[in-house]
Amino acid sequence: MAKPASRIGASLGLAPFLLYAAIFLIVPTVVVFVRAFIVDGAFSLEALASLKKASMIEITKNTLLLSLATAVVGALIGAVVAYVVSTANPNGLLRRFVTSASGVLAQFGGVTLAFAFIATVGREGVVSRWLDGAGIDITNSTWLFSLKGLMLVYTYFQVPLMVIVFLPALDGIRPQWREAADTLGASTWQYWRHVGVPLLFPAFLGALLLLFANAFAAYATAAALVNQGSPILALKIADALGNELLGNQTSVASAIALEMVLIVAVVMFAYSRLQQQTSRWLR
Amino acid sequence: MTEPATSAPREDAGRGVQVRLDGLTRVFGSVKALDGLELTLAPGELVALLGPSGCGKTTALRILAGLDTATSGRVFVGGTDISGVAAHKRDMGMVFQAYSLFPHMTVRHNVEFGLKLRGIDGGKRRARAMQMLELVGLESQSDRYAHQLSGGQQQRVALARALAIEPSVLLLDEPLSALDAKVRAQLRDEIRRVQLEVGTTTLFVTHDQEEALALADRVGVMRAGRLEQIAPPEELYSKPRTEFVAEFVGLTNRLPAYVSGGAATVAGSRLPTLAGSVEEGRGTALVRPEQIHVRADTDGNAVVSASSFLGAISRLTVTTDDGAHLVSQIPRTSVQGVTAGDRVAVLIDPAPVLVIGA
Amino acid sequence: MRASGATKRQQNQRLTRWVTLAGVGVLFAIPIYSMFEYSIRITPQNKQTWDAWKAITQNEQLSGAIRVSLELAVLTVTGMLLLLLPTMIWIRLKVPWAKRLVEFLCLLPLTIPAIVLVVGLDNVMSWVRYLTTPGPLALTFPYIVLVLPYCYRALDAGLAAIDVNTLSEAARSLGASWTTVILRIIVPNMRSAILSAAFLAVALVLGEFTLASLFFYDNMQVVIVLIGLVNSSISVAVSLAALAFAFVLLFAMSFVGTRPKRREARS
Repeated sequence: MAKPASRIGASLGLAPFLLYAAIFLIVPTVVVFVRAFIVDGAFSLEALASLKKASMIEITKNTLLLSLATAVVGALIGAVVAYVVSTANPNGLLRRFVTSASGVLAQFGGVTLAFAFIATVGREGVVSRWLDGAGIDITNSTWLFSLKGLMLVYTYFQVPLMVIVFLPALDGIRPQWREAADTLGASTWQYWRHVGVPLLFPAFLGALLLLFANAFAAYATAAALVNQGSPILALKIADALGNELLGNQTSVASAIALEMVLIVAVVMFAYSRLQQQTSRWLR
Repeated sequence: MTEPATSAPREDAGRGVQVRLDGLTRVFGSVKALDGLELTLAPGELVALLGPSGCGKTTALRILAGLDTATSGRVFVGGTDISGVAAHKRDMGMVFQAYSLFPHMTVRHNVEFGLKLRGIDGGKRRARAMQMLELVGLESQSDRYAHQLSGGQQQRVALARALAIEPSVLLLDEPLSALDAKVRAQLRDEIRRVQLEVGTTTLFVTHDQEEALALADRVGVMRAGRLEQIAPPEELYSKPRTEFVAEFVGLTNRLPAYVSGGAATVAGSRLPTLAGSVEEGRGTALVRPEQIHVRADTDGNAVVSASSFLGAISRLTVTTDDGAHLVSQIPRTSVQGVTAGDRVAVLIDPAPVLVIGA
Repeated sequence: MRASGATKRQQNQRLTRWVTLAGVGVLFAIPIYSMFEYSIRITPQNKQTWDAWKAITQNEQLSGAIRVSLELAVLTVTGMLLLLLPTMIWIRLKVPWAKRLVEFLCLLPLTIPAIVLVVGLDNVMSWVRYLTTPGPLALTFPYIVLVLPYCYRALDAGLAAIDVNTLSEAARSLGASWTTVILRIIVPNMRSAILSAAFLAVALVLGEFTLASLFFYDNMQVVIVLIGLVNSSISVAVSLAALAFAFVLLFAMSFVGTRPKRREARS
């Protein structure tokens, strides 16, 4: 087709992008991988070994639990919200409102949500005071600043993220399928059991994995809320980076970062496989 | 065909039941999609509802299926009023425009679906599904998925799926409109063959007049939520009752006419008039292209302005000396050697015509 | 739409919809409302005051940080468009085999948490600071990476909606140069996709905390946390204002952006 020379010329058009991606995306990733194996300038497995300490395993468990619990709760509630929105007029105000609000809470969240909950159930929080008035005292409790608190706050960005991620799958459900099932004799329950749920299940599972990865990688909310200890991996990385007094801490930070990347990569790979399945069915 | 082997044979199985739509009206906001539609289908009959989009034909079919609810009016199947019965209890087989197969099930499971819901056990279900697939010539594709089939094959499976439950009524909602012309003609004939074989009363909705004429026992032409005329295809074509029907079904020439004594004078020929025509005086005759013959004649009163070859027939456009344009569609052999620019004489077959007010 | 002609199922769906949304809506409205109430009262006297809101403009540390965040947003959007748009158009026109590679790179940041980027970026950032600016605007460079996945998707949807090849062949056959093709033919046809990508990038940059905080730069979110240690009313007020601003941005985008897929119309 084209001459080899012009083909190379055409490829050169990609050079700026590839160069940029290499410097700001590939280099840092590689650096993390390499540093995890280097302590004080020499090859060492010491940093990776520190991941096996009981305290680190505890933190990893906490992070997995936090991510899984909020992903499951967020996926279930979010799926229902997405469904009821999907039955409304696709160009209506309701749908625009819900998707915009979801977009803000899911992607803008971070610090802002932390303060939303400080204002709600923190020591001087509005709801704390209501409850105080009702005889339930949470104003002296620090639960909001612990793992439990993180679960509540994370759920608030997981639900909207689910709405955004799951809506396209619901839009892929053709009205003919419901009507075909109707004319073939399926009740509402039978339709969902035999058609709706099996069709949406891969998309649901994929969305759940995305939510998991999202919670697993999150840092801002936890950093703004938690001021004692590092109950999750992201905080532990920041902790290690900030601790420059101990020599091998960048190695430790890199080792934790490596652990995070690997877990998220596995999850995202599964997610993309499920996405392929979904795109074959729901388009 | 042999009686399908399933549980609980119904008394009407294989013979079809009468269907009656009684005064159906459906209002969407300020739009009247149906305006007191009356329609009766005889047992085993295939009726096609034909009309432009928005005429209410699909709404009528959806109300019969139970997928939509009439604002007023009733639906009878086999003499029973089913207006209040939910769609999934109506026992109707429906084929949609396209993409209605469940994408996560194989072809066979799609066909078995309705039987499964009726609690028919695995072996019987499978046998029945295969029998249906055989009927539409797809038994070899039973383990495939919808995305592995062509559009025409998907529609055949949809037909097999709709028939597997031995529906009391078969509903076809523009099932051919998403297909290529060639596949469309082929599947059209196949639908008719299968329908005659199972004998199910069938309502077929389409905007394609050729399809409706080729397929149906009777064709109902709809306009603005009402039936304009319902008649067997030949009658509809040769004896349109209104201008709308004449224009919508087939090509039509509009020629000035003068009616007197029950006959019309059109371009020098005397033609009998159809019911609904102007009784007396000036009007416009709606003349089919097949009725117009031309003959090479140097003293003729018209000139051929274009001619096109359509296989066994030819289509000529002629311009008469008084400026009217006519389309003639006649066997090729009868106009051999006539080309654009030739002078011709025009003759009109003395078949009855509809004459409308001028 | 069919207010007076809804079927029973549509009526049921509408009821479920409003009941569900009312329930979930209240759960989500409580923290938002609490932010408002919290921001206008001063403890412990419990008196209403707008001081926290006034502080948004009067507190110099805060207003400076907001300006930094807005500048970062503008720079990131510009940089992202300059980097991504020509590349994506070029791929469709000339090097379609590279689509998968570029897509992979663009979506990669979804797999690499921001906190991980921080760990690996320190050397690169030293160079950026040395070559460009030591100030907070140096964050533009990693921010472009952070917004890549979202902007790529928005732009890709816009490109998919137009037939880039036919449009450019038509323009080329009429004598247009490649620059003309891109600037005068393709870009005007994907204005709404570009706008969505830009809005998304703005929202993401204004909400960014991780990189700024760990590279010790004071952007809006970092200062919100800092102030929160002393006076949480101000932090809550700014947070609420920022949330509202982001919402308005995305809501406006929903009107110009690519519409949700329409269901087939029926006669």
